[in-house]
Amino acid sequence: MSIRTVLSYALLAVGSIVVAFPLLMALSYSLMSESQIATFPPPIVPVRPTLNNYADVLDTIPIGRYLLNSFVVSTAVVIGQLITASLAAYAFSFLVFRGRQILFFVFLSTLMIPWEATIIPNYMTIRTIGWLDTYQGLAVPFMATAFGTFLLRQAFLQIPRELWDAARIDGASSLRFFISTVIPLSRPILGTVAIYGFLSTYNQYFWPLLVTNQTLMRTTQVGIAQLRFEETLRFGLVMAGVVMVAVPTLALLVLGQRQLVRGLTAGAVKG
Amino acid sequence: MGWKSRDTRDFGIGLAYLAPSLILFAAFVFVPLAQSIYLSFFNTRATGVATTFAGLDHYLELLTSPAFRTGLLATTLFAVYTVPIGIALGLVLAVMLNQRLRGINVFRTMMSSTIAISAAVGALIWLLLLNPSLGLLNYILSLVGIPGPDWLIQPTTAIIAVSMTTIWLTLGTNIIVLLAGLQSVPEEIYEAARLDGARGLRMFRSITMPMVSPSLFFLLVVDTISVLQAFTQIHLLTRGGPVDSTRVLVYSIYQDAFQNFQFGYASAQAVILLLLVMALTLIQFRFVERRVHYQ
Repeated sequence: MSIRTVLSYALLAVGSIVVAFPLLMALSYSLMSESQIATFPPPIVPVRPTLNNYADVLDTIPIGRYLLNSFVVSTAVVIGQLITASLAAYAFSFLVFRGRQILFFVFLSTLMIPWEATIIPNYMTIRTIGWLDTYQGLAVPFMATAFGTFLLRQAFLQIPRELWDAARIDGASSLRFFISTVIPLSRPILGTVAIYGFLSTYNQYFWPLLVTNQTLMRTTQVGIAQLRFEETLRFGLVMAGVVMVAVPTLALLVLGQRQLVRGLTAGAVKG
Repeated sequence: MGWKSRDTRDFGIGLAYLAPSLILFAAFVFVPLAQSIYLSFFNTRATGVATTFAGLDHYLELLTSPAFRTGLLATTLFAVYTVPIGIALGLVLAVMLNQRLRGINVFRTMMSSTIAISAAVGALIWLLLLNPSLGLLNYILSLVGIPGPDWLIQPTTAIIAVSMTTIWLTLGTNIIVLLAGLQSVPEEIYEAARLDGARGLRMFRSITMPMVSPSLFFLLVVDTISVLQAFTQIHLLTRGGPVDSTRVLVYSIYQDAFQNFQFGYASAQAVILLLLVMALTLIQFRFVERRVHYQ
């Protein structure tokens, strides 16, 4: 290896450790006793690694239930988004009808509206229809996605028109062509939309904070935040909670990195 | 032009496919948007029911309120601290990651790992890092002779602490977007520049920067919008304090609506948030359009 290559690797290693440092520190501190955390200078690695903090998290908050709630809500949002967005993207790519442009613009316009600007009336709606502390109150408002619709439309436009013409000659209905041809050909991009929807729902904080009051209906993000507001702030406990909540998303990142990158870069590079 | 029966039928079919999305958008985006604007002109009861017409009172009150001015200043400082530094750091790391080396993907995954990290998780980790006695940040600063402040207690440093947390949280996205931008630069362009004798910084300034400028511009808009929408890290680190120094726009909406129950006044702030985000998005759309046209 040339000196240049060695230098490159050294820089990359240092950069990676600095960027990932907060995460590595959270893991390390979750395995320390509270007395070691209090020593000076601040420790880096646990002297006697212990799982006590994890046991304490389980005793302090119903983290299993929070994880279940988050998984139920995020999965429901993903399924909802895949259905609504693929149907809409199909209409915007294969079907020809008057008003299509205007309706496309209507979809486009939702991207300009920040969720926080509508959060007050949305909260009131959910309260009025009795959806506070329910899964549907957490999930239904997010089941349509303009961004997902655009990603899918771009992918659907790549599907050869000849397939559509052939299907019509064979007498297939538009719905049948959608289900038997378009959907199976679009699995990778559907994966992108799914991972994106799952991560962004699982990581939500503001909305679940507003619409859940009962302890058992809280989601992971709001749930671990409680550990911060315990009478005494125990960082070992908080870090154990943080690790338990972050592991599913980090696993998803490793498994679905390609899909995520495709989603993130769709708007940025092609322009 | 009139509608033939065929037009009507095609329209009906198209609309049927769009209906699930349109119904959800109507219920949770468009109608609430109209309600936000409507509420901003009214006084409300603590339950949120509109009572008396307030006209522009809430907006006039915002103009003269010192608390709102402090909030806007906090929001601006937050954006100024977070966005440029976050993008610059992302660019440096993306350039490092844009090399053909064995095992480069391991480094790419590590450096972009924060895309999967929620704001709540990030804020709780930084709460420890920033802790003046237990945290590593002040210890590291003390090693180079800088006395670390009590970050979250002083108004001037609290907003910096929130910004550092946010820079870290957005770094993953910034790296991925910029790396994709760098990778879309054709190798021949670099070759040609190299033949012309361009190296190092010169190459970076005259080839890399212009080629990734669309990605930089995209991030400038997107990161600014996400800073405008930030809530979680503030709720978990500072609760808007000390003395309102981190009471950014969205946090102010939260407190006025859900703690002070002034839904009309909070809605006026929501409308201002809406206008800011719309303006930024329109700039982005215009820019993209122009690029596509004159490419």
